[in-house]
Amino acid sequence: MAQVFTKSMARNIFYGGSAFFLLLFLVLTFDTTKALPDRDNRGAITPEVARGKLVWEQNDCVGCHTLLGEGAYFAPELGNVYQRFGNSKDAIMGFIKSRPKEGIPGRRSMPQFNFSDEELSAIAEFLIYSSKINTAGWPPNIQG
Amino acid sequence: MQYKSQAVAKPYFIAAIILFVAQILFGLIMGLQYVVGDFLFPEIPFNVARMVHTNTLIVWLLFGFMGATYYLVPEEAETELFAPWLAHLMFWIFLVATGATVAGYLLVPYATLAELTGNELFPTMGREFLEQPTITKIGIVIVALAFLFNVGMTVLKGRKTVVSLVLLIGLLGLALFFLFAFYVPDNLVLDKFFWWWVVHLWVEGVWELILGAILAFVLIKVTGVDREVIEKWLYVIIAMALITGLIGTGHHFFWIGTPEYWQWWGSIFSAMEPIPFFMMTVFAFNMVNRRRRNHPNRVATLWALGTAVMAFLGAGVWGFLHTLSPVNYYTHGSQITAAHGHMAFYGAYVMIVLTIISYAMPMLRGRTSANSNKSQVMEMWSFWLMTVSMVFITLFLTGAGILQVYLQRVSDNPQPFLAVQDQISLFYWLREAAGVVFLVGLVCYIASFFVGSREPEAVIEPSGSAA
Ligand code: HEM
Ligand code: HEM
Ligand SMILES: [Fe+2]
Repeated sequence: MAQVFTKSMARNIFYGGSAFFLLLFLVLTFDTTKALPDRDNRGAITPEVARGKLVWEQNDCVGCHTLLGEGAYFAPELGNVYQRFGNSKDAIMGFIKSRPKEGIPGRRSMPQFNFSDEELSAIAEFLIYSSKINTAGWPPNIQG
Repeated sequence: MQYKSQAVAKPYFIAAIILFVAQILFGLIMGLQYVVGDFLFPEIPFNVARMVHTNTLIVWLLFGFMGATYYLVPEEAETELFAPWLAHLMFWIFLVATGATVAGYLLVPYATLAELTGNELFPTMGREFLEQPTITKIGIVIVALAFLFNVGMTVLKGRKTVVSLVLLIGLLGLALFFLFAFYVPDNLVLDKFFWWWVVHLWVEGVWELILGAILAFVLIKVTGVDREVIEKWLYVIIAMALITGLIGTGHHFFWIGTPEYWQWWGSIFSAMEPIPFFMMTVFAFNMVNRRRRNHPNRVATLWALGTAVMAFLGAGVWGFLHTLSPVNYYTHGSQITAAHGHMAFYGAYVMIVLTIISYAMPMLRGRTSANSNKSQVMEMWSFWLMTVSMVFITLFLTGAGILQVYLQRVSDNPQPFLAVQDQISLFYWLREAAGVVFLVGLVCYIASFFVGSREPEAVIEPSGSAA
């Protein structure tokens, strides 16, 4: 880099540029929080849904599955599992409940978590709430 | 080693390497579970292996960053570390907390660990990369604060260089953004939005400052190029990193319920994120070509150049591959993501930590500037084995990802997730094979600390190439 471009110019670009774009990022964040109520299905967050989210977290479901495309890639996407299971809460609960304790020989299997009925219902409600977030048309199809 | 207190870096580096081994072993376990689904089931379910793999990765990189800081700050500040005892104390606290947390993951079901650590009182567990119990997270904050205080005081009482300033800003940002790990709202969209403030703003933001500073330090040392030149480069690189990387966070806000304008902001700014990584490559090669001396630690120079190249490939090229929203619509959350995650983490952060260890460890172990030739040759073997096998891991995962995306998301008859996984298992087998080679490389790496340690130091070969 030639002498015309000095270290102090470089430093000013760093401080000025970072400060400007940090501010812009904060403005966009603020705008996002204003726009979210119309998209994030917050009206559906009942105490049971919140409970379901906690069950989701305390069993690290995201350590195998993706949810809205984020998480692990070992097991299917769950942001649209409600639709994939024919809009049936019972189907979701039934699936989780019936996982074999010792797994399936040679194949990937979901653990048996021994959830109570109340936990099962909560987690299903959480997934139903998640499935109705406006995700700009993602995933591309029902297979997630 | 010019200052006695630089020695506190040594245990940090050793702990980093030990955790690196654990990380890779659990990676191999998961890689096998991908193709032999019931391997170690139900004793070590996939999600448990995964949190051990990713958490040990992050923690060993943090050990590496701290060790790097303790090594280079006294030298830059031209003064002893403010409180070496505090650095030792924090080392043990961090190590014990890490050990206890990993033991917790492996010994009890995760839900039990949540219960034992009182997660319901202050829930922060169960999010990707941030699986640690709340108490561990608080421990991390305490260690980080003590660390920043110690380093900050050292810089304050000594010479203030651009390298240590940039490093400090990066570390401060690391600690600040980690605080978002404590924000876990019931609203899934808000939760995800701010989760990225930890994850993205780390690896594509403040960690790049840390990476740049360590790279600059090592290049100053091994090339003897004028500090002024290197510092100017450093400023420009980190300026571009933050200018592109802050708004670039938007590439994670395409499909998680956030407004659709992020598809524009995220695509455009993140498409420019490769620029700082490209500049790093040009920078590293330029400095080495303009070197004023040949340093006897040739393998450290190799690591430094390797970091620059592999960070550009993993973060820059593989990141760009899926960062435009029309592409990301199909690749989001697929094996393409995993391919990129592996090469980017390896190329940028694993390699920079191995670079500073390679440069500093000989001095920390009593050499004047380098290991013996024999030891360096072994370390070069490990460089090539690990780096080439990581390239193959990335290529195999990319192959798996392209097929996965096609079969599951693009073709006329989209197939279910698990049906697709069965069809691409060949790629997973190949990935696992490449992973075994990576482990061989890691074994060579560790061996390089023991072979030739009684032989005399390498010396600079007479050469006319120094310009
Ligand atoms: C050497 C053998 C390795 C194997 C077999 C391996 C395997 C795996 C597997 C199976 C996953 C989980 C993917 C999923 O969620 O379905 C994973 C995740 C991950 N691994 Fe590795 N790994 C290896 C080495 C490494 C190395 C050296 C690094 C770091 C440089 C690394 C960093 C990561 C990261 C960051 C993730 C999370 C990726 C994401 O969320 O997209 N791994 N690894
Ligand atoms: C050293 C720097 C980088 C590291 C360590 C890194 C690592 C990662 C990891 C681990 C993930 C997966 C996160 C998850 O589990 O959900 C990810 C996702 C992503 N990265 Fe990077 N990355 C880096 C730089 C970049 C750059 C420079 C770009 C763009 C040019 C980029 C583009 C992306 C995109 C678009 C995703 C989301 C993939 C998806 O939709 O599934 N990354 N990165
Ligand atoms: Fe990102």
